[in-house]
Amino acid sequence: MRQWRFEVFNRPNLPDVQGESVLADIHELGITSVQVVQSARVFLIEADFDQAFADRVARELLADPICEQYHIGRSGPPAGLAKATLIEVHLKSGVTDPVAESVMAAIKDMGATPAGVRTARKYILLGEIKSSQIETIARKILANDVIEDVVLGDQAEPPSPHLKPYELNLVHWPIRDLDDAGLAALSKERDLFLNLVEMKTIQEYFRRLDREPTDIELESIAQTWSEHCVHKTLKSQVDMTHEGEQIHFDNLLKETVFKATKQLDKPWCISVFSDNAGVVEFDEQSAVCFKVETHNHPSALDPYGGAATGIGGVIRDPMGTGMGARPIANTDIFCFGRPDKKLDEVPKGVLHPRRVMRGVVSGVRDYGNRMGIPTVNGAIYFDDRYMANPLVYCGNVGVMDKTKAFKHQHSGDLIVVVGGRTGRDGIHGATFSSGQMTHEHETIFSHAVQIGNAITEKKTLDVLLQANEAGLYEAITDCGAGGLSSAVGEMGEKFGAEVDLEKVPLKYTGLSYTEIWISEAQERMVIAVKPEKLEAVQKIFASENVEATVIGRFTDDKKLHLRYNGQQVAELDMEFLHDGVPKYSRQASWKNLKLSEPRLAEKDNYNDDLLRLLSSYNITSKEWVIRQYDHEVQGGSVVKPLVGATNDGPSDAAVVQPKFTSTRGVAISCGMNPLYGDIDPYWMALAGIDEAVRNLICVGGRVDRIALLDNFCWARCTDPEVLGSLVRASQACYDGAIAYQAPFISGKDSLNNEFVCEDGSLIRIPPTLLISAMSLVDNIDKCVTMDLKQAGNLLFVVGRTNNELGGSHYYKENGHTGANVPKLDLKLAPQIAGRMASAIADGLVAGCHDCSEGGLAVALAEMAFAGGLGVEAGLRGLPKSKDCSRTDAQLFSESNSRYIVEVTPENFDAFAKRMLNLPFGQIGTVTETPRLVIKDEDGRSVVDAEIDVLKQAWQKTFDW
Amino acid sequence: MGQVRAIVLRAAGINTDLETQYALELAGAKTDRVHINRLIEDKTLLDQYHIAIFPGGFSYGDDVAAGKIMANQVVHHLAEPVRKFIDDGKLVLGICNGFQVLVKAGILPGGNGFRQEAVTITNNDSGRYEDRWVYLEPQTDRCVFIESRRICVPIAHGEGKIVTKDDAALQKLKSEGHVAFKYVDADGNEGPFPVNPNGSIESIAGLTDKTGRVLGLMPHPERYIRRTQHPHWSRLAEDLAPDGITIFNNAVKYVRENLLSPCTA
Repeated sequence: MRQWRFEVFNRPNLPDVQGESVLADIHELGITSVQVVQSARVFLIEADFDQAFADRVARELLADPICEQYHIGRSGPPAGLAKATLIEVHLKSGVTDPVAESVMAAIKDMGATPAGVRTARKYILLGEIKSSQIETIARKILANDVIEDVVLGDQAEPPSPHLKPYELNLVHWPIRDLDDAGLAALSKERDLFLNLVEMKTIQEYFRRLDREPTDIELESIAQTWSEHCVHKTLKSQVDMTHEGEQIHFDNLLKETVFKATKQLDKPWCISVFSDNAGVVEFDEQSAVCFKVETHNHPSALDPYGGAATGIGGVIRDPMGTGMGARPIANTDIFCFGRPDKKLDEVPKGVLHPRRVMRGVVSGVRDYGNRMGIPTVNGAIYFDDRYMANPLVYCGNVGVMDKTKAFKHQHSGDLIVVVGGRTGRDGIHGATFSSGQMTHEHETIFSHAVQIGNAITEKKTLDVLLQANEAGLYEAITDCGAGGLSSAVGEMGEKFGAEVDLEKVPLKYTGLSYTEIWISEAQERMVIAVKPEKLEAVQKIFASENVEATVIGRFTDDKKLHLRYNGQQVAELDMEFLHDGVPKYSRQASWKNLKLSEPRLAEKDNYNDDLLRLLSSYNITSKEWVIRQYDHEVQGGSVVKPLVGATNDGPSDAAVVQPKFTSTRGVAISCGMNPLYGDIDPYWMALAGIDEAVRNLICVGGRVDRIALLDNFCWARCTDPEVLGSLVRASQACYDGAIAYQAPFISGKDSLNNEFVCEDGSLIRIPPTLLISAMSLVDNIDKCVTMDLKQAGNLLFVVGRTNNELGGSHYYKENGHTGANVPKLDLKLAPQIAGRMASAIADGLVAGCHDCSEGGLAVALAEMAFAGGLGVEAGLRGLPKSKDCSRTDAQLFSESNSRYIVEVTPENFDAFAKRMLNLPFGQIGTVTETPRLVIKDEDGRSVVDAEIDVLKQAWQKTFDW
Repeated sequence: MGQVRAIVLRAAGINTDLETQYALELAGAKTDRVHINRLIEDKTLLDQYHIAIFPGGFSYGDDVAAGKIMANQVVHHLAEPVRKFIDDGKLVLGICNGFQVLVKAGILPGGNGFRQEAVTITNNDSGRYEDRWVYLEPQTDRCVFIESRRICVPIAHGEGKIVTKDDAALQKLKSEGHVAFKYVDADGNEGPFPVNPNGSIESIAGLTDKTGRVLGLMPHPERYIRRTQHPHWSRLAEDLAPDGITIFNNAVKYVRENLLSPCTA
């Protein structure tokens, strides 16, 4: 067998997009001596074909005949005067290489059968470079240490991919005789992330069983009991001290977020907080489900891979909800450090925010686009406290038959794993993401990063939908955090399960039985199949080249039995595994912060402030990101993320049409404002709920069918004050859900988002609650967008503007936080939302935009330039509280529950009548003149700018 | 006969088969979505259809290059049935990834067996994936799918830039009438990015073969078959007819008029 090496280069006269982008990145690092970067794709193919066939492989398959050229063998440095540095980047052995798999299949189509294919990237850097610079370039730009190896020079060969086969070696981790220190040491050494109480509980269990645990038993328990899987903080007993008052919760989640859902008891909620996603009714036949997850720790280490598997993972949630949904929309919300951070301001062990952002955006792009699921809604927030802990929230909405919202597995059903193979990737993901990060995580937890392959997931989805339609399986769930351990454990919880681990298909040899069991390799689902349907299942999966393998069966002894080649390696009681985790009692405290309002001088003109706000990171156009995502695939988009006369205005929410034949739609939105949390997380959470609701209402969503999702990202909650802020936000979730009659249907938390720097200092993320929301649209033809439609139309503000600049972007841009955080009026907010929804449903509204970051002035500017029309507005007509007398507060306050509404003169009466007794007022008109003019209460113009100038300011920040 | 029948080919990573099927059914064709494995198993399967669609997506992950692996499959397993399909006077449409497949399999612009010789589709000049709406100006009256008016449809791709081997190849494409569509602005003028969203040579957006019955284009006509799919439909007239459906309507009309016997059509 010969090792063939193919190198594929661009033809010299054509642009080398990859090389140019690397060169730009190198210059950005401050290394200017590199003049040119050439890139090449490298294929290493182990096969016994001859030179003639190798030529065909190169010519017909690997190299494009028009724009590329190839070299068989190793090409040397290019001739010429400039010094050349050769760098090759190879995947570490065991890392999934989808391109290699495709090339293997294609060569088989050509008539040969290679023994192996590997791919790599080669870079030729021309120019004088010091060896230290080479290392910097390799590490910071070309390769990610976590998954890739760098090979320098033109002689070195990449590491061999061959792995040693595994021989069974049953390992016990004795626990019965350990003292407290020993237990703690065992937990730490084995990365179990279990605390002493938990270790003692486990010790008790094995003392009762009168034997020592095996490694796989402890790993299974650690994974099942991890914060990531069991949410022990949110479910714990909490004693909260709030300004001297004591509040006790037996179960924080059940008495806040979930209590609202239970109390509201909406008949249209089909399955909430029980399955992989929350399920609500869509129409008589169908249901929709929604889940939002985070993938923060992996994205910090490997932004591209972490984010890709973040979206890949959350797509599997609806796929694994009930009997499986068809995914119809993705959402993504990211929090990063500021991308203009200087290199030396980035702590050791942390990637530069710009690299994190680019990586995360492309990871979600490549996975989401390949899955053929439109990414329709999202947001990006910047704050330096996210630098070491970027947050990556990914959501997915799916549609399913209403009659298939529940699973029906039974004893005797076969456990069948379908989709991707199991590898060594993602070991300890669940436990790792439940801990704090340090500057050493990069090296210690490299194995926790999973590698995604969207096409494997897509073809698995294609077959699963057919198998579901044909009724071939009884239950389904995804292999997410915790891998098979979690999937089989959950499905078999009520029955018991036995698994023969050697049957699990592997990517390569060498995995131990424990690695097989806890690997979080992607793209795997587990289904329960009746033995008599197995043949049909295997046939349908084989017909589209997807593996479906029986690995065990569900039993009725309520135990988990794991075997490897017939040898028992684990026997645990399901009850202990799932209900044995000790209940916690935690202390929380919250003191209202002593904050004050800054004293800013009042000005005659706020043009500059408005322009600065429009360009600020949190408000600026995210078109650079949005256009990289396919937001139209499946043909269901009704309100797109970018709307307006030239398709570039910021829409409030997305509307999608899940079924071609029905005019019913689903509106999807989000709300989040971490800045308010610096003042009070209670009001932050309510503002998030209000924002998400406003966004839905603005596009035409129904007010009586709003479903909410919570995603808490917090720092370490063992600190009572951190937990106190979480309690405040949870209480707000209850209050907001009740006020809006909008139940929470699903939620997730990611705690411990903090980073210990090399010097021991701690970077904590601000309390960050993402509220995602979904509602129905009865008739998509009546949806409304935020762009101004027609000169001569009237502009109204519905909702009261209060003196609430605390936590506003106006203060932030001026270097302040302030104290007057926007407070939600729980009584008024739902009234306004209800009336607005009815006005939109009745066609009384031509355009509608919610007032959020940057306040009235920013919202008006966005409406104007999105519509390509001007605005004449006056603050005299603005409904406002008595103490909101300052012009800057009127322009930039971020008070909740405000909608800017464009109404035609014909609809004036009807609209005004509809808003009767609510705080609303006409503030101006839409004009042909392309200027935004806002006059203060005395009629003096305080903002007067061309809409093109405003738009340019809004668009320039991410003109990357 | 009597029923226009269309087949939408599926493969691992193809992801626009459902909406393409719906567009064809809206246009009046009875449409099946069929996995390419079924066609490889049964080479006569294509015979029962009049219109074959290679839809959009990321076939086999666009590994190696966009459409390459699926094109390799077509060349090595389906060359004969596809050639016969075209020779029988039937219609082939490649959309986005499907267009990339047709070009990389040499079916477009065609002319020298199924061998890619002078034209390819490669990375966008911007170096990234783009989803945006474009205007298309028809360049030929030979192609049965298209009519003489400018249409507005979305693109969504990372590798959509058409490149020819040399100037002679470009001149040949033009002189032999292979250019089906060019990217233009709302007024019909060619221009730089974003009017030409990928840097395609001479703003070429789609190609047809010598028969005019094979069309490939990067934009997605199947994504504009309902008014509410337009990015600013809320500003447009309520009776606006969506442009994308015309491609499918024309195909179905052609089959009815030319391939179905008149008494049953």
